[in-house]
Amino acid sequence: MPLPFLHDTITALATPQGVGAIAVIRTSGKEAIEITNRIFNGKDLTQQSSHTLHFGEIRNQEAIIDEVLISIFKAPTSFTKENATEISCHGSSFIIQQILQLLIEAGARLAKPGEFTQRAFLNGRFDLAQAEAVADLIAADSRASHEVAINQMRGGFSKQISSLREELIQFAALIELELDFSEEDVEFANREQLKALLERSLQTITHLIQSFSTGKAMKEGIPTVIVGKPNAGKSTLLNALLEEEKAIVSDIEGTTRDSIEDETIIEGVKFRFIDTAGLRDTSDTIEAIGVQRAKEKMEQATLILYLFDVLTTTPDDIALIKKEIKSLDKPFLLIGNKVDQVQTADLPPFEKVNPIHWISAQSSQDVSHLEKVILNTVIDQDLNRNEVVVTNTRHYEALVQVERALQKVKQGIQQPISSDLLALDIREAIRKLGEITGEVTTDDLLGYIFSKFCIGK
Amino acid sequence: MFNEYDVIVVGAGHAGNEAAAAAAKMGSKTLLITMNMQVIGQMSCNPAMGGVAKGQIIREIDALGGLSGIISDKSMIQFRMLNRSKGPAMWSPRCQNDRMQFAQEWRLALEEIENLDFWQDMVTNILVDNGRVGGVRTGMGLEIKAKAVILTSGTFLNGIIHIGDKNFRGGRSGEKAAFGITEQLIQLGFEAGRMKTGTPPRVDGRSLDYSQMEEQAGDENPGKFSFTNTPNLKEQRSCWVTYTNEEVHETLKRGFDKSPMFQGRIKGLGPRYCPSIEDKIDRFADRNRHQIFVEPEGWHTVEIYVNGFSTSLPDYIQYEALKKIKGFEKVKMFRPGYAIEYDYFPPTQLKLSLETKLVENLFFAGQINGTTGYEEAACQGLMAGINAHNKINEKESLILKRSEAYIGVLIDDLINKGTEEPYRMFTSRAEYRLLLRQDNADIRLTKIGYDIGLASKERLENVEVKANKVDKLINDLKQKKVKPDEINSYLDEVSSATIREKSSFYNLLKRPEISLPLLNDMNEDLGGYLNKYQKEEIEQAEILIKYQDYLDKERKNAEKMEELENLKIKQGFDYTTVKALSTEAREKLSKIKPETLGQANRISGVSPADISILMVYLGR
Repeated sequence: MPLPFLHDTITALATPQGVGAIAVIRTSGKEAIEITNRIFNGKDLTQQSSHTLHFGEIRNQEAIIDEVLISIFKAPTSFTKENATEISCHGSSFIIQQILQLLIEAGARLAKPGEFTQRAFLNGRFDLAQAEAVADLIAADSRASHEVAINQMRGGFSKQISSLREELIQFAALIELELDFSEEDVEFANREQLKALLERSLQTITHLIQSFSTGKAMKEGIPTVIVGKPNAGKSTLLNALLEEEKAIVSDIEGTTRDSIEDETIIEGVKFRFIDTAGLRDTSDTIEAIGVQRAKEKMEQATLILYLFDVLTTTPDDIALIKKEIKSLDKPFLLIGNKVDQVQTADLPPFEKVNPIHWISAQSSQDVSHLEKVILNTVIDQDLNRNEVVVTNTRHYEALVQVERALQKVKQGIQQPISSDLLALDIREAIRKLGEITGEVTTDDLLGYIFSKFCIGK
Repeated sequence: MFNEYDVIVVGAGHAGNEAAAAAAKMGSKTLLITMNMQVIGQMSCNPAMGGVAKGQIIREIDALGGLSGIISDKSMIQFRMLNRSKGPAMWSPRCQNDRMQFAQEWRLALEEIENLDFWQDMVTNILVDNGRVGGVRTGMGLEIKAKAVILTSGTFLNGIIHIGDKNFRGGRSGEKAAFGITEQLIQLGFEAGRMKTGTPPRVDGRSLDYSQMEEQAGDENPGKFSFTNTPNLKEQRSCWVTYTNEEVHETLKRGFDKSPMFQGRIKGLGPRYCPSIEDKIDRFADRNRHQIFVEPEGWHTVEIYVNGFSTSLPDYIQYEALKKIKGFEKVKMFRPGYAIEYDYFPPTQLKLSLETKLVENLFFAGQINGTTGYEEAACQGLMAGINAHNKINEKESLILKRSEAYIGVLIDDLINKGTEEPYRMFTSRAEYRLLLRQDNADIRLTKIGYDIGLASKERLENVEVKANKVDKLINDLKQKKVKPDEINSYLDEVSSATIREKSSFYNLLKRPEISLPLLNDMNEDLGGYLNKYQKEEIEQAEILIKYQDYLDKERKNAEKMEELENLKIKQGFDYTTVKALSTEAREKLSKIKPETLGQANRISGVSPADISILMVYLGR
């Protein structure tokens, strides 16, 4: 957990986790408006007056993340009495994650739960009687994140992190050794050794960072998108998988205008099924956006379920579709729906595009078998359940910063810069890692040095 | 016989002398009490000052108006700037001293100070009245009154010297130990502990064969510690390096059954970074040799300090082992090495001003606080002297920040973390190491020293001149531009990328491979211009240019931390009522009683969440 510096600009999702139609991301602090402006493509927010609303895009370099509405509040007329913004975006966890990430890169830091309230309190918005409530909130969060940490220890996460910690301590200690003990008769690490040591740490950390999307997926449900032509029965399948009426089902093509999603657990693994508007060229603009979004969902999904109506689809259609989906380089299942409405003998020769899984979403025929197939596909493909994964956003944030600092160290070694400057960058890395593992102190470094090297006259 | 003093300083070592000098110079009527006036300013261990991190401390003491830098300069016989190749934050001045002259210079310097009296006696009791110090009682039965007392007892409190299986009471080789104070302080509620340190044998230089050793000479252009006009060395003495070998180790091992360390007779914890030779052999059994520094004790003596051979093994084992060292075959020993155990008081019982929390106007400085080293002791003495004077004059304490001085780091560490083994300064202990350089100690601290009435006007003026000249030099280097054809051939020569357009010297200097003296050599105009500047000014300007980005970053980090440092915690704040704090944080905070949130943050066991919670309770 980072220290509560009051001049930091903090950011967090203000609406409940999970999926709503829209989400609000709140940012507060001296630089809140500047930082938000940095990721916003629209009017110059810094030039706008307080309590105004602005439409525009949030982009990650060229890619549009979302179209958003941004509210601006200027100190002291905001909830926290600081400069603040609220970004209203679409409620997809992918979009929220991306926007938060961009805000962090632009200079904000993730708020701790209760921190907005704490700021509001410290800036005199509440009376002292509420102090206790705020304090309890912070304490509860700290305990909760501790529990998260303990839970993660069951996986390989803590082991990886602690070996990373050891590696970095060793690296930093070797640098400190040549600084503080240059007069000693000990063998100093040469630059090549240091580089090798650093590469190892970078590998570990890259692995951990990459596991974040997987980890996030496991925590929030593995995104599984259901696509197919209009009226293939996608919403019906969603309802069958969720065992409830979530999506509106009708015979009219294009009933589902936007993506609908919900979670269900299959044998302990959480899935987030996303129903999409049917894939077709459409002249209805609102629906067109829905189709566009379905394509985006496919990009973001871990698994694609392509559903087709056996009554209206030919094996050649499927062969074509298969080729197209294959190009996305993701695991997918081809599912033939409405098998209860046709005799097996009447089915055209689909063997050439096998495997196809036959179900009837309407009568839930073979849906539970499909669930098993879905589970196995995912486990086989991506999510080896013993794999080390990072699931906590704060850990992810810290790891990214550790990696950035380590890259600087690497540059420094190559340049080469003097060891006191190298030490500065490695300290930055250690400090960030400390937010996950607990602080790494000078005594840790000195302890390592004294245990490994014969120091002293 | 005595009127009431403002400040009594007990002990006349590095800490006591700085304390007495500071208090008296600031205007306090001061009495320095020592058990033996012949050994004022004695170097108990090696005859050297400074070194990595320690050299920076001496520069800081000097910048504030303390005396250790001046005394070191006057008595040095060799000077080296360590870590030259490691970046400017690491440059560390170190000198060898003439041991006898060092003590003599201290005595002379102290005798020159108005307001400072001396008394030879042993202090056995601290007079305490109603939780406040009232003076001291001595072994001769005298009661001397004072408004404040600074205790700098070094290794003398219940000191026990060990050599092999022999042990006897003593504060230093050949000197008596001091008794009574520890017991009294424990009765008053203080917590006390034992620590251990050691020293190597001294030998006759005439009995050594230097032709078998490597010479370690001083710097070609020797520097110095003080920012004042102390003289530079003209002539230097060399040190010599030799090594132990397997035979030496085997000989030493024969004494292990009589080692007070290995046999458990010594209970106190010694420093891991200053191990005895038997410790080195025992812990690093795979090493077949250890470095030995042969250090002369002065200009006019044949005595030699065998640095690296600290030991408490029996004297005859020491002698037999020494004889097996290359160049030591015919060695004559003057005094054996020994280990010494002494009392200290865990420094978490102090405020940042070094005043004890339990007894008002009682201050501790030096080894009594669990530190080791002359420099560490001297700077605590200086701060205790300043703060004792300020306290009795109802002025605010001088607390140096961690981003301001190594002295600040040292005291802050001691007070918040305490120490299990003798605490020595390392540069790695300072989080803002790049800011705490030896070259800018005057710019960091002399203004502070002047404002409290310790550093002279002249010192302040010198710093201001230096700062202005450095500024001007940096600005001029931004303006002065050089054309490609004037410099490219030279850049090629040092494998630096050539330039296509006019470039300022300032920008060229940002390159790691380019230095100001080198630019100076290649460009006549610049060379002529630079002649107007002192070496220190040029050095300083170059550092500020080259490391600007890093320095800015450090400063920014320090400023961020300062936010917490500025959030004061009310005295007597009751942590037990804050249920949201973790149990460990509640206990530690109640014990240490930090003065700011920044300080609270450095107490082990206090988490960022606890700081957040405190922030809420303290309001803003």
